[in-house]
Amino acid sequence: MYEGAIQDLIDELGRLPGIGPKSAQRIAFHIIQSERVDISRLTDALRTVKERVKFCTECGNITEEELCRICRDPRRDQTAICVVEESKDVISIEKTREFRGKYHVLGGAISPIDGIGPENLRIRELMVRLASTEIQEIIIATDPNLEGEATAAYLARALKPLGMKVSRLASGLPVGGDLEYADEITLGRAFEGRRTLDS
Amino acid sequence: MAVYRDQAVVLRTQKLGEADRIITLFTKEHGRLRAVAKGVRRTKSKFGARLEPTSFVDLQLYAGKTFDIVTQAQSIENFGEALATDYKNWTTANSILEAAERFTENEHEPALQQFNLVVGALRALAHDTYDSSLILDAYLLRSLGVAGFAPSMTTCSKCDLPGPHKYFSLVGGGSVCVDCRPSAAATPAPQTLSLMANLMTGDWNGAVESEPRSRREASGLIAAYLQWHLERGLRSLPLVERI
Repeated sequence: MYEGAIQDLIDELGRLPGIGPKSAQRIAFHIIQSERVDISRLTDALRTVKERVKFCTECGNITEEELCRICRDPRRDQTAICVVEESKDVISIEKTREFRGKYHVLGGAISPIDGIGPENLRIRELMVRLASTEIQEIIIATDPNLEGEATAAYLARALKPLGMKVSRLASGLPVGGDLEYADEITLGRAFEGRRTLDS
Repeated sequence: MAVYRDQAVVLRTQKLGEADRIITLFTKEHGRLRAVAKGVRRTKSKFGARLEPTSFVDLQLYAGKTFDIVTQAQSIENFGEALATDYKNWTTANSILEAAERFTENEHEPALQQFNLVVGALRALAHDTYDSSLILDAYLLRSLGVAGFAPSMTTCSKCDLPGPHKYFSLVGGGSVCVDCRPSAAATPAPQTLSLMANLMTGDWNGAVESEPRSRREASGLIAAYLQWHLERGLRSLPLVERI
């Protein structure tokens, strides 16, 4: 155990995800040995991120303005909306350059075992948004795990009365893998979603 | 016991570090334990969808210092697909898993009866054998029984006077006669108590004939009885969709 400030720093760093006591100690000593200017850059960045970053009032993505970059962009397809769990997922889908519509970030997935129900996610906001805009297609892009599937099933049921086109991201075999290692569920899904080859 | 093999139901998963997960397992021979599945969150993981909650799997584990490590996994039965695509089944399955975690208080303590109950309940749920609410209530009642908290359904739990009795007491351990009843005893409909007795003994023919009103009342009593014995209620229970 160290004394005073250094131990406080180690304790705080140790609360960060993926940082254990040894890593926390190593980072703390790195900070002590660093130039004052480098550290003030870090503290400024930490302070600014907490002050400036907020959630887009429309889609729930992280932004520094009232609306995020995607919601502000008039060139985006206003008729399609892609529902994702986290802001990180928006970035992943944007990298594919396949989707030109807008997003809706739920803020997680339905997980009753952790006490997270539909009312803890931004589902009500999605419904309000759908009622007031020209959206025709909803793409559900929750994670391909059971929580994501259950969230998709809940959404599909809730969206059914609205009469919109609702689709779910396909799942199947990862590109570059071996068939032998594919599990039964993934392989089954791949069979379900097989497509005809153009000859 | 560096490397061992066991059958298990996945109760819960938690993210760990970059791409790993801590998997809470309910194993057949080693009871409840937590193990690390390395790289399971990567799309190319060899585990794929095998280590999702509700999965019934055959595992090879390596005994580690804090957590054991999952080295190989093979599906025995896939309940996940049927459960996650139906929201009612999913919320029910979550409650079963959470209850199983709470009923197995100590890690590494084998609990074969409870294990069989969990697998049976998930199987019935995935195959839509009975109404999901009845499956959950039957599972909870029988789990309470296995844990030694079986409520008495006919005879008075205090003086053994043969019943059926009108009163049901959470504190008193089930049915109580008019002389033994504490002041807070509930007075459920006789059909409700008979439904609970059917669920407890596995008389499904009698249980499926019950009225929705009795089912609702039974669910309420079972939830309250469970909370009394587990000291704190299940987080997933209020989220369960019932008809």
